[in-house]
Amino acid sequence: MKQHLISAADLTKDDALLILDTAEELASVADRPIKKLPTLRGRTVVNLFFEDSTRTRISFEAAAKRLSADVINFSAKGSSVSKGESLKDTALTLEAMGADGVVIRHGASGAPHRLATWVRGSVVNAGDGTHEHPTQALLDAYTMRRRLGDLDGRRITIVGDILHSRVARSNVLLLNTLGAEVTLVAPPTLFPVAVGTWPCEIAYDFDAVLPKSDVVMMLRVQQERMNAAYFPTVREYSRRYGLDARRMAALPEHALVMHPGPMNRGVEIAAEVADSTRSTIVEQVANGVTVRMAVLYLLLGGSEPAIGNTRTEGE
Amino acid sequence: MTYLIKGARILGGEARDIRVEDGVIAEIGTGLDPENAETIDADGLIALPGLVDLHTHLREPGREDAETVESGTRAAAAGGFTAVHAMANTEPVADTAGVVEQVWRLGREAGHCDVHPVGAVTRGIEGRQLAELGAMADSAAHVRVFSDDGHCVDDAVLMRRALEYVKAFDGVVAQHAQEPRLTEHAQMNEGEVSGRLGLAGWPAVAEEAIISRDCLLAAHVGSRLHVCHVSTAGSVEIIRWAKSKGWQVTAEVTPHHLLLTDELAETYDPIYKVNPPLRTKADVEALREALADGTIDCVATDHAPHPVEAKETEWAPAAMGMIGLETALSVAQAAMVDTGLLDWAGLADRMSVRPARIGRLAGQGHLPVPGAPANLTLYDPDVRRVVDPAASVSKSRNTPFAGLELPGRVHATFLRGRPTVLEGKVV
Repeated sequence: MKQHLISAADLTKDDALLILDTAEELASVADRPIKKLPTLRGRTVVNLFFEDSTRTRISFEAAAKRLSADVINFSAKGSSVSKGESLKDTALTLEAMGADGVVIRHGASGAPHRLATWVRGSVVNAGDGTHEHPTQALLDAYTMRRRLGDLDGRRITIVGDILHSRVARSNVLLLNTLGAEVTLVAPPTLFPVAVGTWPCEIAYDFDAVLPKSDVVMMLRVQQERMNAAYFPTVREYSRRYGLDARRMAALPEHALVMHPGPMNRGVEIAAEVADSTRSTIVEQVANGVTVRMAVLYLLLGGSEPAIGNTRTEGE
Repeated sequence: MTYLIKGARILGGEARDIRVEDGVIAEIGTGLDPENAETIDADGLIALPGLVDLHTHLREPGREDAETVESGTRAAAAGGFTAVHAMANTEPVADTAGVVEQVWRLGREAGHCDVHPVGAVTRGIEGRQLAELGAMADSAAHVRVFSDDGHCVDDAVLMRRALEYVKAFDGVVAQHAQEPRLTEHAQMNEGEVSGRLGLAGWPAVAEEAIISRDCLLAAHVGSRLHVCHVSTAGSVEIIRWAKSKGWQVTAEVTPHHLLLTDELAETYDPIYKVNPPLRTKADVEALREALADGTIDCVATDHAPHPVEAKETEWAPAAMGMIGLETALSVAQAAMVDTGLLDWAGLADRMSVRPARIGRLAGQGHLPVPGAPANLTLYDPDVRRVVDPAASVSKSRNTPFAGLELPGRVHATFLRGRPTVLEGKVV
């Protein structure tokens, strides 16, 4: 594996499978009375959050703590230029404190790339602007694999604001690496102009792709898109691209409904769909901790076995 | 002082001696007698007319931390330029006779090259009211080029009036063609790379739509339009069409748009962030062809100095712009001469003769012939050098060519018979 996890494209198929398999192993820890492993004892992980995201920060924090790492939370809201110190100075501060890993969430696409040029530790991208969110894609793949088995040849439909979605970008790359067939669905205004070059299908008609979807992943419609002429009204968006009970009924019986959260109930997803048994939304949150443990372990743990000294193959 | 330049290849031709006396080229021949002249060995060097830049940001007044008239014109001389046009987006904006005269005077005092201030089209480059264009034209700075560069004069009526108004003093409006609504928050060329990187797109159509409109306006009012930093293949087609109609439209291209593409944004290093943005390989090829066939009249640097901290950031908040005076000729050689698209005479036309004509600079842009003002650049096309930002003469370091190996090096520059650069060093 590479030193950093910045893009899902950084992962080969072997890397991705290693992370998912490691996560499976680590999942067993969650069922133990004491959920803590000594693996990263003495290592320091900094959560550097320039954007509000309590759920992602808590997920990384729990993951690092379960591996016994020392965790420093650094919340620096607002743009680095307009307020306070620059990203570079923050990076140099972290470097001076000896951070082994830096988990960064930032509103600017590419901020983790920049950070990686200024620090020696491993950089984990926890979401950068409208670019990528690779650990979200990993936890999504992990959730799908647990429910559906091998993802090779599975048909995954991702619906919503593809243009601005870091979740969609990372998912397309990772799912393609894992052999799944991805279809993106959105109004034409919410696709990047050159989406035709991406390794996936694109569609404007949600209903047509429903019957051949093993997974439907709904993306959040951000408030700021609603007033920028990407679509006429929220109601029209919801009618054409929302997942309601009628559309859910058109899915194959085994199909899953996913959402990276936070949801706009009644906009991209109906409440009864979000709360149905097909929905993996709560499971995704739980799996997030496990998958992030696997990522931190593999990036920072070096050659130490993840669990005790008894790691066995094929579990 | 009299100089005898020995064995220079004028516009890439056979080796000749050039005697420079009293600010003019006194004599050209072979085996000229040094007499009392200081001799300059120009064996293997190419003699070009002093380069003229239509588009330079000298940052003074206001941002002297990035560049001053003195440092920027030193960089210009080092790059072989004998005249630069200083863009108006200073603080305060060059929108009055007072500010343009200040910049002009600072240029005279520095003495490294001629400085021709560009006047703002609108007050404060805010796009609402015309600046006092006539006062700037009549000032000591003798302004002929007007531009809100950095901002587009997007109001069609204001643009029409500006084009009409400058006819009274043979001025030209140099438009920064950027439809503002189509480029809100734009970060880089809109295309495959922007979609992948999640950076907001700056679509080609935002440039082309304004150029189309402005060509039609210039034709309608019978005035001169100059298009700044053309960056797309579509813009080239529109300008070619406008020229075919006989309309008075001229255009420039920057060195960076002749060499670099938007894939460089993959590094997220804002050293590659510029406005208009780096485009695709197909655009680069179209721009080179257009410069070769004359559709694009000239190379203009858009030299845009920024302090280190404005670029050592994430991509989105970083400043747009690149320095380019010291590398312009080398980049032009790599893109145009070494590729066989232009010979040295052609490059002299695009980097000196035509820009001087567009700016109405009587004393610049003359080919080296006896009697012409001795504005000369002696250039060694055979050396290769790796661009080192730390070695730049400009106060700023934001060169996108850092680490690239480029051909050629300016050996000497003469401004009206006086060397401003000798042995590659600013005098």
